[in-house]
Amino acid sequence: MLDGRGSIRRRAGARLWLSALWLALFVLAALLAPWISPHDPLAQDLMLGRLPPAWMAGAEPGYWLGTDSLGRDVLSRIIHGARIALIVALIAGTATCLLGSTLGLVAGFYRGWADRLISRLVDIWMAFPPVLFAILLIAVLGTGLTSVILAIVIIDWTRFCRVVRAETLNQSKMDYVHSAKVAGFTRLRTLVAEILPNVLPTIIALLTLEMGIAVIVEAILSFVNLSISTDQPTWGGMIAEGRTSIHQAWWVLVFPLIALFFTVLAFAQFGDGLRERFDPVLR
Amino acid sequence: MADNIFEVADLRVDVADMTRKPLFGSAPRLEILKGISFTIPRGAVLGIVGGSGSGKTTLGRTLVRLAEPSGGRMLFDGQDIAHLSDAAMQPLRPRIQMIFQDPLSSLNPRLTVGRTVAAPLNARTNDPRIGQALEHVGLPADFARRYPHELSGGQRQRVGIARAIAMRPEFILADEIVSGLDVSSQAQVLMLLETLVAELGLTLAFISHDLSVIRRLCSRVIVLRAGEIVEDAATEDLFERPQHAYTRELLDAIPTPDPSVRW
Repeated sequence: MLDGRGSIRRRAGARLWLSALWLALFVLAALLAPWISPHDPLAQDLMLGRLPPAWMAGAEPGYWLGTDSLGRDVLSRIIHGARIALIVALIAGTATCLLGSTLGLVAGFYRGWADRLISRLVDIWMAFPPVLFAILLIAVLGTGLTSVILAIVIIDWTRFCRVVRAETLNQSKMDYVHSAKVAGFTRLRTLVAEILPNVLPTIIALLTLEMGIAVIVEAILSFVNLSISTDQPTWGGMIAEGRTSIHQAWWVLVFPLIALFFTVLAFAQFGDGLRERFDPVLR
Repeated sequence: MADNIFEVADLRVDVADMTRKPLFGSAPRLEILKGISFTIPRGAVLGIVGGSGSGKTTLGRTLVRLAEPSGGRMLFDGQDIAHLSDAAMQPLRPRIQMIFQDPLSSLNPRLTVGRTVAAPLNARTNDPRIGQALEHVGLPADFARRYPHELSGGQRQRVGIARAIAMRPEFILADEIVSGLDVSSQAQVLMLLETLVAELGLTLAFISHDLSVIRRLCSRVIVLRAGEIVEDAATEDLFERPQHAYTRELLDAIPTPDPSVRW
Protein backbone atom coordinates (compact mmCIF):
# COMPACT_ATOMS: atom_id res chain seq x y z
CA MET A 1 0.00 0.00 0.00
CA LEU A 2 1.51 3.25 -1.06
CA ASP A 3 0.37 5.45 1.78
CA GLY A 4 1.17 6.28 5.36
CA ARG A 5 -1.16 3.77 6.99
CA GLY A 6 1.72 1.41 7.70
CA SER A 7 3.70 3.89 9.76
CA ILE A 8 0.88 5.06 12.02
CA ARG A 9 1.07 3.37 15.40
CA ARG A 10 -2.29 2.64 16.92
CA ARG A 11 -3.24 0.97 20.14
CA ALA A 12 -5.80 -1.63 19.24
CA GLY A 13 -5.53 -3.45 22.57
CA ALA A 14 -8.30 -2.15 24.82
CA ARG A 15 -10.79 -1.71 22.00
CA LEU A 16 -10.30 -5.22 20.67
CA TRP A 17 -10.48 -6.89 24.09
CA LEU A 18 -13.49 -4.96 25.37
CA SER A 19 -15.50 -5.61 22.23
CA ALA A 20 -14.40 -9.25 22.18
CA LEU A 21 -15.49 -9.57 25.82
CA TRP A 22 -18.95 -8.18 25.08
CA LEU A 23 -19.33 -10.40 22.00
CA ALA A 24 -18.25 -13.45 24.03
CA LEU A 25 -20.93 -12.63 26.63
CA PHE A 26 -23.44 -12.19 23.83
CA VAL A 27 -22.61 -15.54 22.24
CA LEU A 28 -22.62 -17.33 25.59
CA ALA A 29 -25.99 -15.83 26.49
CA ALA A 30 -27.39 -16.98 23.15
CA LEU A 31 -25.99 -20.50 23.43
CA LEU A 32 -26.85 -21.09 27.08
CA ALA A 33 -30.14 -19.18 27.17
CA PRO A 34 -32.37 -22.00 28.47
CA TRP A 35 -29.98 -22.77 31.32
CA ILE A 36 -28.92 -19.31 32.49
CA SER A 37 -32.10 -17.26 32.17
CA PRO A 38 -33.72 -17.00 35.61
CA HIS A 39 -37.30 -17.36 34.33
CA ASP A 40 -39.25 -18.66 31.35
CA PRO A 41 -39.21 -15.73 28.91
CA LEU A 42 -42.79 -16.46 27.85
CA ALA A 43 -44.32 -17.11 31.28
CA GLN A 44 -46.89 -14.45 32.01
CA ASP A 45 -48.04 -13.50 35.50
CA LEU A 46 -50.33 -10.53 35.65
CA MET A 47 -49.79 -10.28 39.42
CA LEU A 48 -46.12 -9.48 38.70
CA GLY A 49 -46.71 -6.97 35.87
CA ARG A 50 -44.44 -3.92 35.47
CA LEU A 51 -42.09 -4.76 38.30
CA PRO A 52 -39.18 -2.29 38.42
CA PRO A 53 -35.50 -3.39 38.28
CA ALA A 54 -34.00 -4.95 41.40
CA TRP A 55 -32.43 -1.79 42.84
CA MET A 56 -35.65 0.25 42.83
CA ALA A 57 -38.42 0.41 45.43
CA GLY A 58 -41.16 -2.17 44.91
CA ALA A 59 -38.92 -4.71 43.17
CA GLU A 60 -39.49 -8.41 43.55
CA PRO A 61 -36.38 -10.56 44.26
CA GLY A 62 -35.31 -12.68 41.29
CA TYR A 63 -36.50 -10.19 38.64
CA TRP A 64 -33.21 -8.33 38.14
CA LEU A 65 -34.29 -6.04 35.32
CA GLY A 66 -37.99 -5.94 36.17
CA THR A 67 -40.94 -7.30 34.21
CA ASP A 68 -43.10 -6.03 31.35
CA SER A 69 -46.82 -5.31 31.44
CA LEU A 70 -47.64 -9.02 31.08
CA GLY A 71 -45.32 -9.94 33.93
CA ARG A 72 -42.59 -11.51 31.77
CA ASP A 73 -39.01 -11.26 33.07
CA VAL A 74 -37.05 -8.65 31.06
CA LEU A 75 -33.61 -10.19 31.71
CA SER A 76 -34.74 -13.63 30.54
CA ARG A 77 -36.27 -12.13 27.43
CA ILE A 78 -33.07 -10.22 26.63
CA ILE A 79 -31.03 -13.41 27.03
CA HIS A 80 -33.39 -15.37 24.79
CA GLY A 81 -33.55 -12.45 22.33
CA ALA A 82 -29.78 -12.74 21.92
CA ARG A 83 -30.37 -16.06 20.11
CA ILE A 84 -32.30 -14.49 17.26
CA ALA A 85 -29.89 -11.56 17.17
CA LEU A 86 -26.89 -13.91 16.96
CA ILE A 87 -28.42 -16.09 14.23
CA VAL A 88 -29.35 -13.03 12.18
CA ALA A 89 -25.94 -11.40 12.68
CA LEU A 90 -23.96 -14.49 11.70
CA ILE A 91 -26.02 -15.88 8.84
CA ALA A 92 -27.33 -12.67 7.30
CA GLY A 93 -23.98 -10.88 7.79
CA THR A 94 -21.94 -13.68 6.22
CA ALA A 95 -24.35 -14.29 3.33
CA THR A 96 -24.51 -10.58 2.53
CA CYS A 97 -20.73 -10.39 2.65
CA LEU A 98 -20.25 -13.38 0.34
CA LEU A 99 -22.75 -12.16 -2.25
CA GLY A 100 -21.70 -8.49 -2.25
CA SER A 101 -17.94 -9.12 -2.11
CA THR A 102 -17.99 -11.69 -4.91
CA LEU A 103 -19.93 -9.36 -7.19
CA GLY A 104 -17.65 -6.45 -6.20
CA LEU A 105 -14.49 -8.44 -6.91
CA VAL A 106 -15.81 -9.58 -10.29
CA ALA A 107 -16.96 -6.08 -11.29
CA GLY A 108 -13.74 -4.41 -10.19
CA PHE A 109 -11.35 -6.94 -11.67
CA TYR A 110 -12.94 -8.14 -14.92
CA ARG A 111 -14.60 -4.79 -15.78
CA GLY A 112 -16.40 -4.85 -19.16
CA TRP A 113 -20.03 -5.93 -19.36
CA ALA A 114 -19.94 -7.65 -15.96
CA ASP A 115 -18.96 -4.37 -14.31
CA ARG A 116 -21.56 -2.37 -16.23
CA LEU A 117 -24.30 -4.82 -15.32
CA ILE A 118 -23.37 -5.08 -11.64
CA SER A 119 -22.78 -1.35 -11.19
CA ARG A 120 -26.09 -0.36 -12.76
CA LEU A 121 -27.83 -2.94 -10.60
CA VAL A 122 -26.24 -1.39 -7.50
CA ASP A 123 -27.32 2.09 -8.60
CA ILE A 124 -30.89 0.94 -9.09
CA TRP A 125 -30.90 -1.03 -5.84
CA MET A 126 -29.69 1.90 -3.80
CA ALA A 127 -32.47 4.14 -5.03
CA PHE A 128 -35.02 2.03 -3.07
CA PRO A 129 -35.64 3.23 0.50
CA PRO A 130 -34.19 0.27 2.43
CA VAL A 131 -36.76 -0.04 5.22
CA LEU A 132 -39.73 0.15 2.85
CA PHE A 133 -37.99 -2.33 0.57
CA ALA A 134 -37.57 -4.70 3.52
CA ILE A 135 -41.21 -4.35 4.53
CA LEU A 136 -42.28 -5.02 0.95
CA LEU A 137 -40.04 -8.09 0.76
CA ILE A 138 -41.36 -9.52 4.03
CA ALA A 139 -44.90 -8.91 2.83
CA VAL A 140 -44.11 -11.03 -0.24
CA LEU A 141 -41.95 -13.68 1.47
CA GLY A 142 -44.06 -13.97 4.60
CA THR A 143 -42.82 -13.44 8.16
CA GLY A 144 -40.27 -15.70 9.78
CA LEU A 145 -36.54 -15.91 10.48
CA THR A 146 -35.61 -17.06 6.97
CA SER A 147 -37.48 -14.15 5.42
CA VAL A 148 -35.73 -11.67 7.69
CA ILE A 149 -32.32 -13.08 6.73
CA LEU A 150 -33.23 -13.11 3.03
CA ALA A 151 -34.46 -9.53 3.20
CA ILE A 152 -31.21 -8.36 4.81
CA VAL A 153 -29.10 -10.14 2.19
CA ILE A 154 -31.18 -8.85 -0.71
CA ILE A 155 -31.06 -5.26 0.52
CA ASP A 156 -27.56 -4.90 1.91
CA TRP A 157 -25.32 -6.68 -0.61
CA THR A 158 -24.83 -3.33 -2.38
CA ARG A 159 -22.93 -1.99 0.62
CA PHE A 160 -20.22 -4.64 0.11
CA CYS A 161 -20.36 -4.56 -3.65
CA ARG A 162 -19.62 -0.83 -3.97
CA VAL A 163 -16.75 -0.71 -1.50
CA VAL A 164 -15.14 -3.98 -2.62
CA ARG A 165 -15.42 -2.99 -6.30
CA ALA A 166 -13.69 0.35 -5.63
CA GLU A 167 -10.91 -1.31 -3.63
CA THR A 168 -10.45 -4.04 -6.25
CA LEU A 169 -10.29 -1.43 -9.01
CA ASN A 170 -7.61 0.36 -7.06
CA GLN A 171 -5.59 -2.82 -6.39
CA SER A 172 -5.88 -4.01 -10.01
CA LYS A 173 -3.74 -1.07 -11.12
CA MET A 174 -0.85 -2.02 -8.84
CA ASP A 175 2.33 -3.43 -10.37
CA TYR A 176 2.02 -6.67 -8.43
CA VAL A 177 -0.95 -7.52 -10.64
CA HIS A 178 1.21 -6.98 -13.74
CA SER A 179 3.89 -8.99 -12.02
CA ALA A 180 1.41 -11.85 -11.58
CA LYS A 181 0.59 -11.68 -15.28
CA VAL A 182 4.28 -11.87 -16.20
CA ALA A 183 4.58 -14.86 -13.86
CA GLY A 184 1.91 -16.58 -15.94
CA PHE A 185 -0.96 -16.55 -13.44
CA THR A 186 -4.44 -16.99 -14.84
CA ARG A 187 -6.87 -14.12 -14.29
CA LEU A 188 -8.81 -16.07 -11.68
CA ARG A 189 -5.66 -16.98 -9.78
CA THR A 190 -4.50 -13.35 -9.82
CA LEU A 191 -7.84 -12.31 -8.38
CA VAL A 192 -7.94 -14.96 -5.65
CA ALA A 193 -4.28 -15.24 -4.68
CA GLU A 194 -3.01 -11.70 -5.22
CA ILE A 195 -5.86 -9.19 -5.03
CA LEU A 196 -8.15 -10.86 -2.49
CA PRO A 197 -5.55 -10.79 0.34
CA ASN A 198 -5.32 -7.03 -0.19
CA VAL A 199 -9.08 -6.48 -0.20
CA LEU A 200 -9.70 -8.87 2.70
CA PRO A 201 -9.02 -6.36 5.51
CA THR A 202 -11.69 -4.09 4.04
CA ILE A 203 -14.09 -7.01 3.67
CA ILE A 204 -13.60 -8.09 7.29
CA ALA A 205 -14.17 -4.58 8.60
CA LEU A 206 -17.35 -4.36 6.51
CA LEU A 207 -18.48 -7.84 7.60
CA THR A 208 -18.40 -7.00 11.31
CA LEU A 209 -20.14 -3.71 10.58
CA GLU A 210 -22.78 -5.60 8.62
CA MET A 211 -23.35 -8.02 11.51
CA GLY A 212 -24.22 -5.03 13.67
CA ILE A 213 -26.45 -3.62 10.97
CA ALA A 214 -28.22 -6.98 10.57
CA VAL A 215 -29.10 -6.93 14.27
CA ILE A 216 -30.52 -3.41 13.84
CA VAL A 217 -32.52 -4.35 10.75
CA GLU A 218 -34.00 -7.33 12.56
CA ALA A 219 -34.93 -4.99 15.43
CA ILE A 220 -36.55 -2.54 13.01
CA LEU A 221 -38.56 -5.33 11.40
CA SER A 222 -39.65 -6.62 14.81
CA PHE A 223 -40.58 -3.06 15.70
CA VAL A 224 -43.00 -2.91 12.80
CA ASN A 225 -44.15 -6.44 13.66
CA LEU A 226 -42.79 -8.06 10.50
CA SER A 227 -40.04 -10.20 11.95
CA ILE A 228 -40.61 -13.34 13.98
CA SER A 229 -43.79 -14.54 15.64
CA THR A 230 -44.44 -13.06 19.08
CA ASP A 231 -43.73 -16.27 20.98
CA GLN A 232 -40.02 -15.78 20.18
CA PRO A 233 -38.63 -12.91 22.23
CA THR A 234 -36.55 -10.49 20.14
CA TRP A 235 -34.89 -7.22 21.12
CA GLY A 236 -36.79 -5.26 18.49
CA GLY A 237 -40.07 -6.78 19.60
CA MET A 238 -39.30 -5.88 23.22
CA ILE A 239 -38.52 -2.30 22.24
CA ALA A 240 -41.79 -2.10 20.32
CA GLU A 241 -43.77 -3.44 23.27
CA GLY A 242 -41.90 -1.23 25.74
CA ARG A 243 -42.74 1.86 23.71
CA THR A 244 -46.41 1.64 24.66
CA SER A 245 -45.69 1.75 28.39
CA ILE A 246 -42.58 3.95 28.39
CA HIS A 247 -44.01 6.32 31.02
CA GLN A 248 -45.00 3.56 33.42
CA ALA A 249 -42.19 1.04 32.84
CA TRP A 250 -39.17 2.53 31.03
CA TRP A 251 -37.02 -0.52 31.77
CA VAL A 252 -38.91 -2.69 29.29
CA LEU A 253 -37.64 -0.43 26.50
CA VAL A 254 -34.27 0.73 27.84
CA PHE A 255 -32.57 -2.59 28.69
CA PRO A 256 -33.01 -4.30 25.27
CA LEU A 257 -31.96 -0.99 23.73
CA ILE A 258 -28.73 -1.03 25.76
CA ALA A 259 -28.07 -4.65 24.75
CA LEU A 260 -28.65 -3.73 21.10
CA PHE A 261 -26.45 -0.64 21.31
CA PHE A 262 -23.47 -2.43 22.87
CA THR A 263 -23.74 -5.38 20.50
CA VAL A 264 -23.71 -3.19 17.39
CA LEU A 265 -20.88 -1.08 18.79
CA ALA A 266 -18.89 -4.18 19.76
CA PHE A 267 -19.22 -5.71 16.29
CA ALA A 268 -17.87 -2.58 14.61
CA GLN A 269 -15.03 -2.12 17.08
CA PHE A 270 -14.15 -5.81 16.91
CA GLY A 271 -13.76 -5.56 13.13
CA ASP A 272 -11.47 -2.55 13.34
CA GLY A 273 -9.51 -4.10 16.17
CA LEU A 274 -9.03 -7.36 14.25
CA ARG A 275 -7.83 -5.47 11.22
CA GLU A 276 -5.27 -3.48 13.13
CA ARG A 277 -3.99 -6.55 14.91
CA PHE A 278 -3.76 -9.03 12.06
CA ASP A 279 -3.15 -6.96 8.93
CA PRO A 280 0.56 -7.45 8.17
CA VAL A 281 0.80 -3.99 6.61
CA LEU A 282 -0.70 -2.17 9.59
CA ARG A 283 0.87 -4.32 12.27
CA MET B 1 16.59 -22.43 -30.96
CA ALA B 2 16.90 -19.14 -32.83
CA ASP B 3 20.09 -17.08 -32.57
CA ASN B 4 18.15 -13.95 -31.80
CA ILE B 5 15.96 -14.23 -28.75
CA PHE B 6 13.94 -11.25 -29.91
CA GLU B 7 13.44 -10.02 -33.45
CA VAL B 8 11.32 -6.93 -33.57
CA ALA B 9 10.23 -5.44 -36.88
CA ASP B 10 8.22 -2.27 -37.46
CA LEU B 11 6.68 -2.44 -33.98
CA ARG B 12 3.88 0.05 -33.48
CA VAL B 13 1.89 0.86 -30.35
CA ASP B 14 -0.82 3.46 -30.15
CA VAL B 15 -3.29 4.52 -27.49
CA ALA B 16 -6.46 6.60 -27.55
CA ASP B 17 -5.64 10.29 -27.04
CA MET B 18 -8.26 11.20 -24.46
CA THR B 19 -7.15 14.85 -24.26
CA ARG B 20 -8.35 15.37 -27.82
CA LYS B 21 -11.41 13.17 -27.65
CA PRO B 22 -14.43 14.87 -29.20
CA LEU B 23 -17.65 14.94 -27.20
CA PHE B 24 -19.12 12.27 -29.47
CA GLY B 25 -17.22 9.63 -31.39
CA SER B 26 -13.95 7.94 -30.61
CA ALA B 27 -10.72 9.58 -29.57
CA PRO B 28 -7.92 9.96 -32.15
CA ARG B 29 -5.04 7.48 -31.84
CA LEU B 30 -1.75 8.67 -30.40
CA GLU B 31 1.30 6.79 -31.60
CA ILE B 32 3.68 5.90 -28.78
CA LEU B 33 6.01 3.67 -30.82
CA LYS B 34 6.33 4.54 -34.51
CA GLY B 35 7.69 1.46 -36.22
CA ILE B 36 10.63 0.16 -34.23
CA SER B 37 12.97 -2.58 -35.50
CA PHE B 38 15.82 -4.19 -33.61
CA THR B 39 17.11 -7.59 -32.57
CA ILE B 40 18.34 -8.94 -29.27
CA PRO B 41 20.91 -11.71 -29.78
CA ARG B 42 20.90 -14.58 -27.28
CA GLY B 43 23.15 -13.73 -24.33
CA ALA B 44 23.30 -10.01 -25.09
CA VAL B 45 22.66 -7.23 -22.62
CA LEU B 46 20.76 -4.57 -24.48
CA GLY B 47 20.39 -1.06 -23.09
CA ILE B 48 17.32 0.95 -24.00
CA VAL B 49 17.75 4.65 -23.25
CA GLY B 50 15.71 7.72 -23.90
CA GLY B 51 14.33 10.73 -22.15
CA SER B 52 11.04 10.97 -20.38
CA GLY B 53 8.15 10.18 -22.72
CA SER B 54 10.35 8.56 -25.35
CA GLY B 55 8.36 5.31 -25.19
CA LYS B 56 10.97 3.11 -23.52
CA THR B 57 8.65 1.81 -20.81
CA THR B 58 5.91 1.16 -23.40
CA LEU B 59 8.45 -0.75 -25.47
CA GLY B 60 9.39 -2.83 -22.44
CA ARG B 61 5.79 -3.61 -21.49
CA THR B 62 5.08 -4.62 -25.07
CA LEU B 63 8.11 -6.96 -25.19
CA VAL B 64 6.81 -8.90 -22.16
CA ARG B 65 3.28 -8.65 -23.58
CA LEU B 66 1.75 -6.63 -20.77
CA ALA B 67 0.57 -4.50 -23.69
CA GLU B 68 -0.46 -5.56 -27.18
CA PRO B 69 1.18 -3.81 -30.14
CA SER B 70 -1.06 -2.31 -32.81
CA GLY B 71 1.23 -3.33 -35.63
CA GLY B 72 4.47 -5.02 -36.59
CA ARG B 73 6.06 -8.34 -35.76
CA MET B 74 7.69 -9.45 -32.56
CA LEU B 75 9.46 -12.80 -32.77
CA PHE B 76 10.46 -14.46 -29.51
CA ASP B 77 12.71 -17.43 -30.24
CA GLY B 78 11.29 -17.54 -33.77
CA GLN B 79 7.62 -17.36 -32.75
CA ASP B 80 5.54 -14.24 -33.37
CA ILE B 81 4.07 -13.27 -29.99
CA ALA B 82 2.79 -9.82 -31.02
CA HIS B 83 -0.88 -10.77 -30.94
CA LEU B 84 -0.97 -13.98 -28.90
CA SER B 85 -3.91 -14.26 -26.54
CA ASP B 86 -3.34 -14.42 -22.77
CA ALA B 87 -3.96 -18.17 -22.86
CA ALA B 88 -1.52 -18.70 -25.72
CA MET B 89 1.12 -16.61 -23.92
CA GLN B 90 0.81 -18.74 -20.76
CA PRO B 91 3.35 -21.46 -21.74
CA LEU B 92 5.87 -18.78 -22.80
CA ARG B 93 5.55 -16.71 -19.61
CA PRO B 94 8.16 -18.57 -17.53
CA ARG B 95 10.75 -17.89 -20.26
CA ILE B 96 10.16 -14.12 -20.31
CA GLN B 97 10.45 -12.34 -16.99
CA MET B 98 10.43 -8.75 -15.86
CA ILE B 99 11.84 -6.74 -12.98
CA PHE B 100 9.76 -3.69 -12.16
CA GLN B 101 10.77 -0.13 -11.45
CA ASP B 102 9.01 0.23 -8.10
CA PRO B 103 9.48 -2.88 -5.95
CA LEU B 104 7.10 -1.59 -3.27
CA SER B 105 4.27 -1.66 -5.78
CA SER B 106 5.37 -4.78 -7.66
CA LEU B 107 5.64 -6.95 -4.54
CA ASN B 108 2.29 -7.89 -3.04
CA PRO B 109 2.24 -6.02 0.31
CA ARG B 110 0.21 -8.73 2.08
CA LEU B 111 2.26 -11.74 1.01
CA THR B 112 5.55 -12.72 2.59
CA VAL B 113 8.68 -12.62 0.46
CA GLY B 114 8.72 -16.42 0.46
CA ARG B 115 5.21 -16.67 -0.92
CA THR B 116 5.94 -14.00 -3.52
CA VAL B 117 8.95 -15.92 -4.80
CA ALA B 118 7.22 -19.31 -4.49
CA ALA B 119 3.97 -18.46 -6.27
CA PRO B 120 5.22 -18.37 -9.90
CA LEU B 121 7.02 -21.68 -9.31
CA ASN B 122 3.84 -23.24 -7.93
CA ALA B 123 6.02 -24.25 -5.00
CA ARG B 124 5.42 -24.35 -1.25
CA THR B 125 7.16 -21.74 0.87
CA ASN B 126 9.51 -24.39 2.29
CA ASP B 127 10.74 -25.37 -1.19
CA PRO B 128 14.57 -25.24 -1.25
CA ARG B 129 14.48 -23.23 -4.49
CA ILE B 130 13.17 -20.19 -2.61
CA GLY B 131 16.07 -20.06 -0.18
CA GLN B 132 18.41 -20.63 -3.10
CA ALA B 133 16.91 -17.80 -5.12
CA LEU B 134 17.16 -15.44 -2.15
CA GLU B 135 20.76 -16.43 -1.44
CA HIS B 136 21.52 -16.01 -5.12
CA VAL B 137 20.63 -12.33 -4.87
CA GLY B 138 22.53 -11.91 -1.62
CA LEU B 139 19.64 -12.08 0.85
CA PRO B 140 19.57 -14.44 3.85
CA ALA B 141 17.14 -17.33 3.32
CA ASP B 142 15.14 -16.43 6.43
CA PHE B 143 13.98 -13.21 4.70
CA ALA B 144 11.32 -15.48 3.19
CA ARG B 145 9.21 -14.89 6.29
CA ARG B 146 9.29 -11.09 5.99
CA TYR B 147 6.78 -8.75 4.40
CA PRO B 148 7.94 -6.26 1.73
CA HIS B 149 7.43 -3.23 3.98
CA GLU B 150 9.90 -4.70 6.44
CA LEU B 151 12.71 -4.47 3.88
CA SER B 152 14.86 -1.61 2.62
CA GLY B 153 14.57 -0.35 -0.96
CA GLY B 154 17.65 -2.24 -2.14
CA GLN B 155 16.51 -5.45 -0.43
CA ARG B 156 13.06 -5.16 -2.02
CA GLN B 157 14.59 -4.80 -5.47
CA ARG B 158 16.69 -7.90 -4.78
CA VAL B 159 13.49 -9.78 -3.99
CA GLY B 160 12.11 -8.59 -7.35
CA ILE B 161 15.22 -9.98 -9.03
CA ALA B 162 14.98 -13.25 -7.05
CA ARG B 163 11.38 -13.71 -8.18
CA ALA B 164 12.40 -13.21 -11.81
CA ILE B 165 15.44 -15.52 -11.81
CA ALA B 166 13.77 -18.25 -9.70
CA MET B 167 11.87 -19.28 -12.83
CA ARG B 168 15.12 -19.74 -14.80
CA PRO B 169 13.97 -17.50 -17.66
CA GLU B 170 15.83 -16.99 -20.91
CA PHE B 171 15.04 -13.30 -21.12
CA ILE B 172 14.63 -10.66 -18.42
CA LEU B 173 13.41 -7.13 -18.93
CA ALA B 174 14.61 -4.68 -16.28
CA ASP B 175 12.61 -1.46 -16.34
CA GLU B 176 14.45 1.40 -14.59
CA ILE B 177 15.19 -0.96 -11.74
CA VAL B 178 17.74 1.22 -9.99
CA SER B 179 16.19 4.65 -10.46
CA GLY B 180 14.42 4.49 -7.09
CA LEU B 181 17.53 3.49 -5.15
CA ASP B 182 20.32 5.48 -3.55
CA VAL B 183 23.71 5.42 -5.27
CA SER B 184 25.34 2.72 -3.14
CA SER B 185 22.35 0.35 -3.45
CA GLN B 186 22.32 1.13 -7.19
CA ALA B 187 25.90 -0.03 -7.51
CA GLN B 188 25.19 -3.21 -5.52
CA VAL B 189 22.11 -4.10 -7.55
CA LEU B 190 23.95 -3.47 -10.84
CA MET B 191 26.87 -5.61 -9.71
CA LEU B 192 24.46 -8.36 -8.74
CA LEU B 193 22.73 -8.19 -12.10
CA GLU B 194 26.10 -8.33 -13.91
CA THR B 195 27.04 -11.49 -11.98
CA LEU B 196 23.67 -13.14 -12.58
CA VAL B 197 23.75 -12.46 -16.31
CA ALA B 198 27.14 -14.14 -16.55
CA GLU B 199 26.25 -17.04 -14.23
CA LEU B 200 22.85 -17.91 -15.63
CA GLY B 201 23.49 -17.07 -19.28
CA LEU B 202 20.61 -14.62 -19.31
CA THR B 203 19.60 -12.29 -22.08
CA LEU B 204 18.77 -8.93 -20.58
CA ALA B 205 17.09 -5.77 -21.81
CA PHE B 206 17.86 -2.92 -19.49
CA ILE B 207 15.74 0.21 -19.68
CA SER B 208 17.21 3.36 -18.20
CA HIS B 209 17.38 7.09 -18.66
CA ASP B 210 20.86 7.09 -17.18
CA LEU B 211 23.66 6.43 -19.68
CA SER B 212 26.32 5.93 -17.03
CA VAL B 213 24.36 2.91 -15.74
CA ILE B 214 23.97 1.59 -19.29
CA ARG B 215 27.67 1.94 -20.00
CA ARG B 216 28.69 -0.30 -17.17
CA LEU B 217 26.22 -3.09 -17.94
CA CYS B 218 25.26 -3.24 -21.60
CA SER B 219 26.94 -4.57 -24.71
CA ARG B 220 24.59 -2.81 -27.10
CA VAL B 221 22.41 0.27 -26.79
CA ILE B 222 19.39 1.62 -28.61
CA VAL B 223 18.46 5.25 -28.14
CA LEU B 224 14.78 6.12 -28.32
CA ARG B 225 13.29 9.52 -28.92
CA ALA B 226 9.59 10.21 -29.36
CA GLY B 227 8.84 6.61 -30.29
CA GLU B 228 11.61 6.16 -32.83
CA ILE B 229 15.06 4.62 -32.66
CA VAL B 230 17.57 7.36 -33.37
CA GLU B 231 20.66 5.28 -32.76
CA ASP B 232 21.44 1.58 -32.44
CA ALA B 233 25.10 0.84 -31.74
CA ALA B 234 27.56 -1.16 -29.67
CA THR B 235 28.09 0.53 -26.30
CA GLU B 236 31.71 1.36 -27.00
CA ASP B 237 30.91 3.06 -30.32
CA LEU B 238 27.99 4.94 -28.87
CA PHE B 239 30.07 6.49 -26.15
CA GLU B 240 33.10 7.15 -28.35
CA ARG B 241 31.40 8.26 -31.56
CA PRO B 242 27.78 9.24 -30.96
CA GLN B 243 26.13 9.68 -34.37
CA HIS B 244 22.94 11.47 -33.51
CA ALA B 245 22.62 14.92 -31.92
CA TYR B 246 20.12 13.54 -29.38
CA THR B 247 22.62 10.91 -28.23
CA ARG B 248 25.23 13.61 -27.72
CA GLU B 249 22.70 15.55 -25.71
CA LEU B 250 22.12 12.57 -23.44
CA LEU B 251 25.86 11.98 -23.11
CA ASP B 252 26.45 15.60 -22.17
CA ALA B 253 23.91 15.24 -19.40
CA ILE B 254 26.16 12.78 -17.51
CA PRO B 255 28.07 14.54 -14.78
CA THR B 256 31.77 13.69 -15.20
CA PRO B 257 34.27 13.72 -12.37
CA ASP B 258 36.79 15.46 -14.64
CA PRO B 259 35.25 17.89 -17.14
CA SER B 260 38.34 17.80 -19.36
CA VAL B 261 37.85 14.10 -20.07
CA ARG B 262 35.12 13.34 -22.62
CA TRP B 263 34.46 9.83 -21.30
